[in-house]
Amino acid sequence: MAYGDFVIQRDLNFTIYRGDIFVIMGASGCGKSTLLKHLIGLMRPARGRIIFGDVDFWEVPEQVRWSLMEKCGVSYQDGALWSSMTLSENISLPLEQYTVLTSSQIRKLASLKLSLVGLKGFDDFYPAEISGGMRKRAGLARAMALDPEVLFFDEPSAGLDPVSSKLLDDLILEIRDSLGATIVVVTHELASIFSIGSNGVFLDNEERTMLAAGNPHDMLKNATNPKIIDFLTRGTGKREAVCV
Amino acid sequence: MPEQAGSGGNVSIEKGEEGALFIRFSGTWTIKEASMEVEGLLASLAGYLPVQEAVIDAENLQAWDSYFISILAAVQDFFTDHGIKVRFSGLPEGADHMIRLASRPGLSEAAIPQEAQEAFLERMGQGFQKLLKDIREFHEFLGEVVLGVISLFSGKNRIRYRDFFVYVQNAGARALPIVSMVSFLVGLILAFVATVQLKLFGAQIYVADLVGIAMARDMGAMMCGIIMAGRTGATYAAELGTMQVNEEIDAFLTLGINPVDFLVVPRILALALMMPLLCIYADLLGIAGGAVVGAGFSDITLRQYINETQTAVPMTHFFIGIVKCFIYGLIVAIVGCRKGLSSGRSAAAVGRVTTSAVVTSIVWIILVCAVITVICYVLGI
Repeated sequence: MAYGDFVIQRDLNFTIYRGDIFVIMGASGCGKSTLLKHLIGLMRPARGRIIFGDVDFWEVPEQVRWSLMEKCGVSYQDGALWSSMTLSENISLPLEQYTVLTSSQIRKLASLKLSLVGLKGFDDFYPAEISGGMRKRAGLARAMALDPEVLFFDEPSAGLDPVSSKLLDDLILEIRDSLGATIVVVTHELASIFSIGSNGVFLDNEERTMLAAGNPHDMLKNATNPKIIDFLTRGTGKREAVCV
Repeated sequence: MPEQAGSGGNVSIEKGEEGALFIRFSGTWTIKEASMEVEGLLASLAGYLPVQEAVIDAENLQAWDSYFISILAAVQDFFTDHGIKVRFSGLPEGADHMIRLASRPGLSEAAIPQEAQEAFLERMGQGFQKLLKDIREFHEFLGEVVLGVISLFSGKNRIRYRDFFVYVQNAGARALPIVSMVSFLVGLILAFVATVQLKLFGAQIYVADLVGIAMARDMGAMMCGIIMAGRTGATYAAELGTMQVNEEIDAFLTLGINPVDFLVVPRILALALMMPLLCIYADLLGIAGGAVVGAGFSDITLRQYINETQTAVPMTHFFIGIVKCFIYGLIVAIVGCRKGLSSGRSAAAVGRVTTSAVVTSIVWIILVCAVITVICYVLGI
């Protein structure tokens, strides 16, 4: 991954399995969000391939790429809701674009998605009328609009209090169980990494490559690299105190 | 056993013994293949009432997603509203999970504010109160701007000169192409209209008088004002509105920096300084545009046209135009900045204040122009 000649990360090689909650972790500035942009098709890798199922994402015709992107939903850090639309309209837009559902069916589905994320009754609210945590949830509802096979989360816990953060983690698990979706989460919140992550990759900003991949608990248990130990133990080095 | 079919899914309804109603879903129930209207299904179900219990059976379901859940939720609500117990049978595990997730209470449902129905007079009163509030706030803002300018010139306050020169460049040099084109064309159009009419009386020489006086007194300043309202005023509103959205204005306030001193005063000064210069430039180009038509499409020569312009347009007319343009500059900058700072915190709000800044500036420019014209007439200048 690179911006022009500036390499952000190199030699990345990992697999995200169906049904995984895959965590992309690492210190600030290591390229987590850039990796996410590559995974969701917003950026093309400087070198290498991204394989979606058995398809090379950047080698297929654009139309195929769009149909692959339809299978993905992205929940952005601050929700990235369209401010001129109500929550219901935010969710309805992808349904209007990609399905032949009637407007009443779309309205019902939008309402259902809002209920799934705990925003029952907020259909006609504008993004500016709800709190930051609610906006994140509404962003998640929009990401789920088309029942995606893969759901991406960019820093879902950022800016949330610990209780809301825990509730959002629980919600991610519930969504995985009910939708059967594969989930990719960019985060550096240790509580989230250990409570929801079933698999993951650890990026380093100095060596500009991945230092480890696998289950976060195993990663910590087997880590020999001090950077990984420091990160996953908040610098204390006490492994047993962290594992949850 | 009546059956209804969507494009990929079927539903059959059967009344069993002991008052149970069986609703059996089969086939594919996904967003992509959906075509059944839930209202039709509910109307069919209503025909089977009353029943003791409703059994929703999904044993033969092949594929499903949230579309199926939305249908189930509607059916479940229908029976619950009629006081009938609903039982699910053969639901896929994820579907069961999703129904439970969707039917739990919302985050803070109780806190959802109910929109009150307001009477006409109440709305009128609120509108009037808002108008008074806007007027008061505008005057407060104006006061802050005056204090900001005074404290700048008395040395109590400083501005970032690097930013200031960028504002000057944007409001001045970068506006020249559009001001050139519009002013030249306005002069040209005035001359065309005048030539056609004055030719009837053999008085084409007065085209120079008309174009010269119109450009110097009014049109040069007015065109600059309108161009800068659409260009710079809109920029100011959008810039400050976006800063409001990104909480940059809050950051100034929390650091004890007055955003009016830091953001508004330099912008106003930059535009107020540039407007008279743009006005002189627009006047000259307008007169040049008039000369092209006046000298090119009638019997008079360019020398005669210039001489006539010099005779007909004393410097007073230019001064009046320059003073007007200076005031228009103040209007555009103050309105643009005020609108930007009062923006809401959304992309739509920024769009609204930007539009409002342009429209308000143009309305005020025309009003002020009318007032100054009357004053000049009364004073005989």
